[in-house]
Amino acid sequence: MPRHRLLTLLLIGTAGGLFSGLFGVGGGTIIVPLLILWLAYGEREATGTSLLAIVIIGAYGAVAQSLYGNVNPGNAAVVGIPALVGVVAGAAVQQRIPERLVALLFAALLIATAVEFIF
Amino acid sequence: MEYVAAAALGFLGGMLGGLVGVGGGVLFVPALVIFLDMTQVKAESTSLFAIVFVAALGAYRQHGYGNVRVRDGLVLGGFGLAGVIGGVAISNAVSGRTLELMFAALALVIAAQLVRRALKPSSPGPRARAPGRP
Repeated sequence: MPRHRLLTLLLIGTAGGLFSGLFGVGGGTIIVPLLILWLAYGEREATGTSLLAIVIIGAYGAVAQSLYGNVNPGNAAVVGIPALVGVVAGAAVQQRIPERLVALLFAALLIATAVEFIF
Repeated sequence: MEYVAAAALGFLGGMLGGLVGVGGGVLFVPALVIFLDMTQVKAESTSLFAIVFVAALGAYRQHGYGNVRVRDGLVLGGFGLAGVIGGVAISNAVSGRTLELMFAALALVIAAQLVRRALKPSSPGPRARAPGRP
């Protein structure tokens, strides 16, 4: 892997992790757009690769927090099991829509999140 | 009823994961806080736990569609650890409100760039630019 590419991935991974540690989310919000804007990823590739990174980044936080007794597996199942169905459906839908629409959906998500954070 | 509402938000969070490649925490956390009466920290922690499984299934399905660059994803995840540690430290040092406003500003800048790029007639994208530069 070329050095500048590795450095860019390092930067994006660190930013995603930073975001995860700050806000208790997976970091995809920051990883997806940076892969698209900095490494010229296609939208679908960016989202698929981001999910793989989130498995690892999310696990750091989940393991650390479970040591403090902050994880409630029952409640995780209430949201998580329907989400498993949702993620399969969402990925299937994503293959059938234009990549530009994926980018615009992502932008809409960012704007909605920003508005939620401001108010 | 609360459980049904939380489950519905969970489903939508998963859809979002499949569609735009996030873990779904942006909907899991409010679902856990509002409908299952969890504190913010416990909701975020429980959400992260759920995200690991949701993202794993999502990544598996996306890999089947040929959309995962496995080595890049592993590198991103590996380097993420330093960020997670830094993020936890910062979140304990800086006020939550400051963080929220900083993130909101960042999200809007990124959204604008994505929209501008998506609306270009035939965008060459950042390929022509040196990688690593915003």
